[in-house]
Amino acid sequence: MERMPRWADVFLVPFINLLLAFFVSGLVVLAVGEDPLKAVWIMLKGSLGSTAGLGYTLYYATNYIFTGLAVAVAFHARLFNIGGEGQATIAGVGVALALLAVNWPHWMLALPFAIIGAGAFGAFWASIPAYLQAKRGSHIVITTIMFNFIAAAVMGYLLNGPLKSPKTQNAESLPFPPGTHLPTAHELLAPLGIEFSKSAPLNVSFLLALLCAVLVFLLLWRTRLGYAIRAFGQSESAARYAGISSVKIIMITMLISGALAGMLAINVVMGEQGRLIKEFVEGAGFVGIAVALMGRSHPFGIVLAAILFGMLTQGGFELLWEMPNLSKEMVLVIQALIILFTGALDNMVRAPLERLFLYLNRKKRAA
Amino acid sequence: MGSNAAEGRQATAASSTPPAIELRGISKAFGPVQANKDISLSVRKGAIHGIVGENGAGKSTLMSILYGFYKADAGEIFINGEQVHIHNSQDAIAAGIGMVFQHFKLVENFTVLENVILGAEEGAMLRPSLAKARELLGRLAEEYELSVDPDALIEDLTVGHQQRVEILKALYRKADILILDEPTGVLTPSEADHLFRILRNLRDEGKTIILITHKLREIMEITDTVSVMRRGEMTATVETASTSPEELAELMVGRKVLLQVEKKPAEPRDVVLEIEDLKVTDENGVERLKGISLQVRAGEILGIAGVSGNGQSELLEVLGGYRTASGSIRLNGRALDLSGRHSDGQSRRAAGIAHVPEDRQREGLIMEFAAWENIAFGYHNDPRYNRNALFMDNAALRADTREKMERFDVRPPIPELAARNFSGGNQQKIVLAREIERNPDLLLVGQPTRGVDIGAIEFIHKRIIELRDQGKAILLVSVELEEILSLSDRIAVMFDGRIMGERLPHETDEKELGLLMAGMQNGEAA
Amino acid sequence: MEHSQEFILFLVTLNQMITVSVVLIFAGLAGLFSERSGIFDIGLEGKMLISAFFAAAVSYETGNVWIGMLGGIAASMVFAVIHGVTSITFRGNQLISGVALNFLASGLTVVLGNAWYQKGGQTPALSGAARFHPIELPFADALRDVPLLGPIYADVISGHKPLVYVAFALVPLTWWILFRTRFGLRLRAVGENPASVDTAGISVIRLRFAAVLIAGVLCGMAGAYLSTSQGAAFGREMTAGRGYIALAALIFAKWRPWYLLMATLLFGLLEAISNLFPNIDVFGLFTIPVQFTQALPYILTVVILAGFVGKAVPPRAGGEPYVKER
Repeated sequence: MERMPRWADVFLVPFINLLLAFFVSGLVVLAVGEDPLKAVWIMLKGSLGSTAGLGYTLYYATNYIFTGLAVAVAFHARLFNIGGEGQATIAGVGVALALLAVNWPHWMLALPFAIIGAGAFGAFWASIPAYLQAKRGSHIVITTIMFNFIAAAVMGYLLNGPLKSPKTQNAESLPFPPGTHLPTAHELLAPLGIEFSKSAPLNVSFLLALLCAVLVFLLLWRTRLGYAIRAFGQSESAARYAGISSVKIIMITMLISGALAGMLAINVVMGEQGRLIKEFVEGAGFVGIAVALMGRSHPFGIVLAAILFGMLTQGGFELLWEMPNLSKEMVLVIQALIILFTGALDNMVRAPLERLFLYLNRKKRAA
Repeated sequence: MGSNAAEGRQATAASSTPPAIELRGISKAFGPVQANKDISLSVRKGAIHGIVGENGAGKSTLMSILYGFYKADAGEIFINGEQVHIHNSQDAIAAGIGMVFQHFKLVENFTVLENVILGAEEGAMLRPSLAKARELLGRLAEEYELSVDPDALIEDLTVGHQQRVEILKALYRKADILILDEPTGVLTPSEADHLFRILRNLRDEGKTIILITHKLREIMEITDTVSVMRRGEMTATVETASTSPEELAELMVGRKVLLQVEKKPAEPRDVVLEIEDLKVTDENGVERLKGISLQVRAGEILGIAGVSGNGQSELLEVLGGYRTASGSIRLNGRALDLSGRHSDGQSRRAAGIAHVPEDRQREGLIMEFAAWENIAFGYHNDPRYNRNALFMDNAALRADTREKMERFDVRPPIPELAARNFSGGNQQKIVLAREIERNPDLLLVGQPTRGVDIGAIEFIHKRIIELRDQGKAILLVSVELEEILSLSDRIAVMFDGRIMGERLPHETDEKELGLLMAGMQNGEAA
Repeated sequence: MEHSQEFILFLVTLNQMITVSVVLIFAGLAGLFSERSGIFDIGLEGKMLISAFFAAAVSYETGNVWIGMLGGIAASMVFAVIHGVTSITFRGNQLISGVALNFLASGLTVVLGNAWYQKGGQTPALSGAARFHPIELPFADALRDVPLLGPIYADVISGHKPLVYVAFALVPLTWWILFRTRFGLRLRAVGENPASVDTAGISVIRLRFAAVLIAGVLCGMAGAYLSTSQGAAFGREMTAGRGYIALAALIFAKWRPWYLLMATLLFGLLEAISNLFPNIDVFGLFTIPVQFTQALPYILTVVILAGFVGKAVPPRAGGEPYVKER
């Protein structure tokens, strides 16, 4: 017998977790002397109240869809990939190399190669921890963390050395050729007669993110590989019995995960910056953990959660202007609390709810 | 119902001294499952009392309540005539109760001494406690034939010695009442005999012992009184001397059991499986299989008998493709790879081997997957289940599952239900349906009826024999001697990674097989 | 007594090594207590960070570094309690709980720091009684002239701040607690097989909470050391991954106190070298870039984790919430 109806499991529990996280965040806002309800209003207005705000919200959401999917795919194989940050960082190098190699005439030509560059480099950076987990049993959580630090060092070296633009003092690469510019929402929607903010960085990568979400869904629930990944994640001993190779699953899953995290570089490096800069990932790799947890590792949930976190990030910047006592790190606090409540304190909400539903069921049957 | 017959001979406690243990009206439910229903029991001091019942009858739950592991929903407990309230193990220990669990609760990389004092230390420092325990262990060793090296690490001890440590733990805590949960399941017959000697010694010293088991032979051999449990209820309590195994079996099951499965004589044909000098060394460098050779022909069931842990699991794992080995295995004359890329479950399935694993929850099924997903498990690459090179055909899978559920009488017949929501018997039927309907040349079956209810057991046995009659080769591994005797056409006994001998079921009996299982060849003295 | 340039450089490096190892020792011991009890703790980083912030803030406000340290420890304990509630009481995922606490610390320290001091997340500089000062060990000056050992005693061992000596004293103390006391026996047992402890009538929950709280205290000291002893203010992200390095040292040490001391000193030495000699010129052939030196501890950690240097077997019940079963 099921303990809880499905809707409660999929929607009610995460919703209550989210409310709790927001409630505690509200207490923090109160503690620094600001009005939490006003803060919510500012964030809502800032993230959805104008096409510029919406453009930024969806731009951040694009990043979070990529990193959220990356974490989720790994979760399904019971692998905890904390290395999205480093994988996206290294993927930026792949994008830069692809875009600087040729004087691209048109973005449609450049994009496939940029995607290959981002995917290959991101996957590569995930492959080493994956190999060490699969073959040597090194805990992938710790190794991926270490690889984040190593990635930052590699990036620092490249942008102060081989990839550094001779034209500026800053640690950044040469600008990409103009032909690599990805159309923004403004440029895409103008022909349709829809007025969208020119300043917002939202670009075609958002569509790529949605496509990735669909592909991940198909992969996990419609293909043999996805079947094997989920089976392995549920029970390693059963997978062994069925002849599903753990090495193969760990490697393939992490390669896919790393490549997905790498797609973030398409949105930021190619779509927004037009050159490679040092810390372009800005914690999106970690936000992916919260997004995956919140979205129950399902692509549909991840898209929703990513948009929510996009609103938080964009709204957080708005807070800076209107509430001097709040910093944008408030968003980090909210994210941490969401991870805590949805990821680690799930049972706190789930257990009483299960009892409630059991009680209701009994009553119904008695009646 | 047999309980009426037993009522007339209800064992009564001696009126002079209060019973060591008295339970009144104990009930316990786990969610919708009523594990114990209004149970009352009285055990006199200085007796060995047996509790028998099938898997899931509620024996272990009852004892766990007595030991404070679970809290009863209702009921009272009296020890030596006084009511006690047991909220946790500490209370049980204080009341003089000690328990030896089926799965030992020992710290593997601690010494015997450290395990014995754990939780019963004398003070904040370890040294005095260790010294005291060492002295006591020395005394107990002589008194009760309970000798163990106090400085040995648990992981280096045999299972029998580990069990002694558990008993020593209880005695160190001054237990007067000792509960043993299925203590002989992991022991060789000679180890079991030694255990029984210890238990008799303890009884003679005035200790009260409760023995939980499903083996009637043990009940008859060692207990003074016996209670029978069935589906959470206590159906009878009688003096052991006044009952018989047949009566107890009837009380346990609730009706006469057909111990003999009906089957035609086997018609063995060509050799399907040929194993020669198979050797396995495990991760820790321990040799698990020490040169096994055997054959299975088409149209016969070879039963492998043995106490669990003597290499049967490893044999199945090698044949199933997920353990490397040396030696040779031929299937229909063709050699199978024993290591490397082609020694995985997929290659074995492709070669015509199907496998009902010993542990369906850990291996045979993905408990969180729906039944229809489990039907493809291991065969997910089969073209029948795949629409094209990329996508699986979930609709075909569901349809196939529905048909298999019908043919194998899986209840409820809902393909969308997750495996964990089926009962043990129905889970096993799902696995069996998946493996048998592959129409394999060789079927490996491990513990086919472990944790399965009586009705399903008959069904499963019938299906296995049907497959044999279709001319398939079957290798059956079971720790249940009865199952081996009634299903097999030939019996091989394993002990310590070796085949001790082969017998024909009608030319042998439990006694002879038991000796072989204990590592004794014909003619050798015990 | 005159010493060669190399010898002085050697002494300076050793001195630095000790200074930077202390954080790792505290944090490593914290992890040791927690993980020996079966609770994974990747939140060492976050606990240290929140403690560093509160230690600096309370020191600044009260002008007393000891009260400041208590403030830091209290903050770290709050985080430890959260970790205990999630992973022990509610049997949540210990890794995710640790990750969440690390983020919470990085966010909260900046949010609160900004709101209180408006310095971009930094606390004001500490001086006087608001920070720790070096202690001269007895006879340091008198013994300085003893060949070889004299300067080592005077310049490497003596002259550190009090918490340094506390950290080094904690190593034998931890060993003694683990292997000679009842509490230690139970703690090790609960990390190996909690059922053995439970059936012996001892509360698994209480033991594990005790271990997690001890980890809280030790991380609190580590954080306080960072901001009031090694440094003189809190700076954002000032732990800079040391919690993870401590975790790696713990794995390297196979969860044993004395090995942990060796491992933390080794990693401390690496950090000291990368601080003192940023660009290392290799025989004039090529220069090792500073980024490589900085990344070396992480690279070494991966090498260690890969098991190329011995096999580390963690406590057997580590990371798994305890559920009673028959």
